Amino acid sequence: MLKYLLEKEFKQFIRNRFLPKFVIIFPFAALAIFPLVANMEIKNSKLAVVNHDNSTLSTRLIEKIKSSGYFIITDVSNSKSHIYDCIEEGKADEVLEIPAGFETDLIKENKTKVMISANAVNGMKAGLSSAYLGEIIADFNGDIRMELMQPSNRLSAPKFSIIPLYRYNPMMKSLYNMIPALLVMLMAMVCGFLPALNIVSEKENGTIEQMNVTPVNKFTLILSKLIPFWLVGFIALTICIFVAWLFYGFFPSGNVMTIYLFEAVFVLAMSGFGLVISNYAKTIQQAMFIMFFFVLTFIFLSGLYTPFSNMPQWAQVLGHFSPLKYIIQVIRLIYLKGSGFLEMMPQFFALLGLAIFFNIWAVFSYRKRVG
Amino acid sequence: MKKTAHSAFYSFAIKEFYHIFRDRWTTIILLIMPILMIILFGFAITTEVKNAKIAILDPSQDAATHAIVNKLGTSEYFIIDRYLHSKNEVDEIFKEGDIGMVVVFSENFYENMMHTGNAQIELIADGSDPNSALTLTRYATALIASYHQELLATPELQMPFQINSEVKFLYNPTLKGAYNTVPGVMGMVLMLICAMMTAVSIAREKELGTMEILLVSPLKPITIILSKTVPYIVLSLINLGTLLLLSVFALKVPIAGSLWLIIFISLIFIFVSLALGLLISTVAKSQMVAMLISGVILMLPVILLSGIIFPTESMNLFFLWLSKIIPANWYISAIKKVMIQGLGFASVIKELSILAGMAILLVALSLKKFKVRLS
Repeated sequence: MLKYLLEKEFKQFIRNRFLPKFVIIFPFAALAIFPLVANMEIKNSKLAVVNHDNSTLSTRLIEKIKSSGYFIITDVSNSKSHIYDCIEEGKADEVLEIPAGFETDLIKENKTKVMISANAVNGMKAGLSSAYLGEIIADFNGDIRMELMQPSNRLSAPKFSIIPLYRYNPMMKSLYNMIPALLVMLMAMVCGFLPALNIVSEKENGTIEQMNVTPVNKFTLILSKLIPFWLVGFIALTICIFVAWLFYGFFPSGNVMTIYLFEAVFVLAMSGFGLVISNYAKTIQQAMFIMFFFVLTFIFLSGLYTPFSNMPQWAQVLGHFSPLKYIIQVIRLIYLKGSGFLEMMPQFFALLGLAIFFNIWAVFSYRKRVG
Repeated sequence: MKKTAHSAFYSFAIKEFYHIFRDRWTTIILLIMPILMIILFGFAITTEVKNAKIAILDPSQDAATHAIVNKLGTSEYFIIDRYLHSKNEVDEIFKEGDIGMVVVFSENFYENMMHTGNAQIELIADGSDPNSALTLTRYATALIASYHQELLATPELQMPFQINSEVKFLYNPTLKGAYNTVPGVMGMVLMLICAMMTAVSIAREKELGTMEILLVSPLKPITIILSKTVPYIVLSLINLGTLLLLSVFALKVPIAGSLWLIIFISLIFIFVSLALGLLISTVAKSQMVAMLISGVILMLPVILLSGIIFPTESMNLFFLWLSKIIPANWYISAIKKVMIQGLGFASVIKELSILAGMAILLVALSLKKFKVRLS
């Protein structure tokens, strides 16, 4: 019986003009494009300078900042209002104001100051850029001091260097971050959304009635709905792994088969969840929006984009129910740390638990009776 | 005749309202969605670091290292979980997975800092969670840099020829993350509801065959299509209200500019999104296709290219251009200017005219497609 049902599902899938193309093209397109976009690095900060001083020293300071490579100097002017317009128009993220008498004050009064104003709509970026600008100025200050002081009583300012190091991912390629992310999002789309829409579209088209009058039992029916998406999910996964290796030479440092093992359980959990929604929803529209609601929540609470440990306690508790959280951890562990199955037992059982829970729910919530 | 067309439009719009509101679950989700997004993005999803556990390896134990450790520990970003004794412990700690970063000082830190300049602080982060690693090292770097600058400014250390820098943060003096995310969430929610709902609801009528019935009626197709969009405009405005109320009262992001201007910009953006939805629906034959197209073409680029999560400055040129054809980006930029920076109409003319241009283009395109399909 199951065999014929599966044949039906596969035929329906293949005959759909859009779905097979989607499953094959999407991983290619996504992996070719998105890793290039999703870069957490902050650079090319736009800096405008108000230079009231026009001295050699102020020009040298501007040169020094330019050569740091972090800032792009978009405008230098002696009009304060013009430069502040730059911030309003978005032409500058930070403004450095060099006051009149910058050079003479430094030499005659032994000290001078500059002002940094940052557009803090993006607070994190403003904080970092201004700290960085401050360091460049302090560095410049050190150079100048050495030149101005007599060699006999040269004093160097306290100085140290800060070296960020990234264990397991020394080059800090955003790719390493994005490929697990894409694998997971793709699987969530293919194996979560499609099953959710499948039963409900049979409901909407009325063909589910025909299924319900057959002697097929609930369990077989649900299984026949699950298996095709499972296989499709694996095809998409294989394409992803292959494309990541082909384009970027990015291959798991652990065992590839472990990925498949975990994905199998993950897909089961996601598609089980999709089927639950499908059973309760009356129309495709409903199923879709409920799915969107949950999948977005799952994705954002999973630690895919932002660190899980940064979340407040209640969000972390909710996050434990997101299958995505575990699979993201697992894929990162396998790809980057080369962890083996035994080290990832907790994630395995968590996923397995979620998979069993959702699928039992799916079987029980399926009603052969209509109305 | 004109009157009948008018009342037909009215009754069609009413029909659409019934369609949506009788579907209780969809309505509830459509109304809850913005609340969820604001709560998620406002409180849970944050690129800010709060109370992250770090470990310290400090072989020097002098005034400078103590001051830096103190600076890190008393900030709201970090909690010092433990002190290590050797570098070998670093890997063990990362395997446990609880601690994201280890701060390692070089030996004789103070002496080297004052005289040779060879003092070193290594910030070793667990790179297997790259987002986390980057944010941790960034925050630590900023804190340590501010220690350095305070140190240089202390009177006892007063060096000759000192340049002090004074930092001022505009618009958001406390550097709250919500100021950046609220406009992004607004763009995302409005886009999702308008474009996707319109696309799907038209595709639904096609799939169920009821579109045929509507099209053989004496009404002009444009009336039918426009009446379908009315309920979504209303829903979007309700959501806009929820979003603004939540951001002001729950997230404490004040509206610095004119509320009317925000509503005006949002209306234009809603119009663009509806037009996009129409265009998608002319291409898609089934609801599933309409959904996947809207999901992939609208949602992913908005999430990835709008600067909510990933900074847009470091993108390469191609994506910078690509991000310019995404309507949501212009909307988000305009909203940031008006709502956060408190700028007036003149400063958003560019964004508004681009959005209006997109709207006209999209409507023209979809009407053209729509007619072709009829013949």
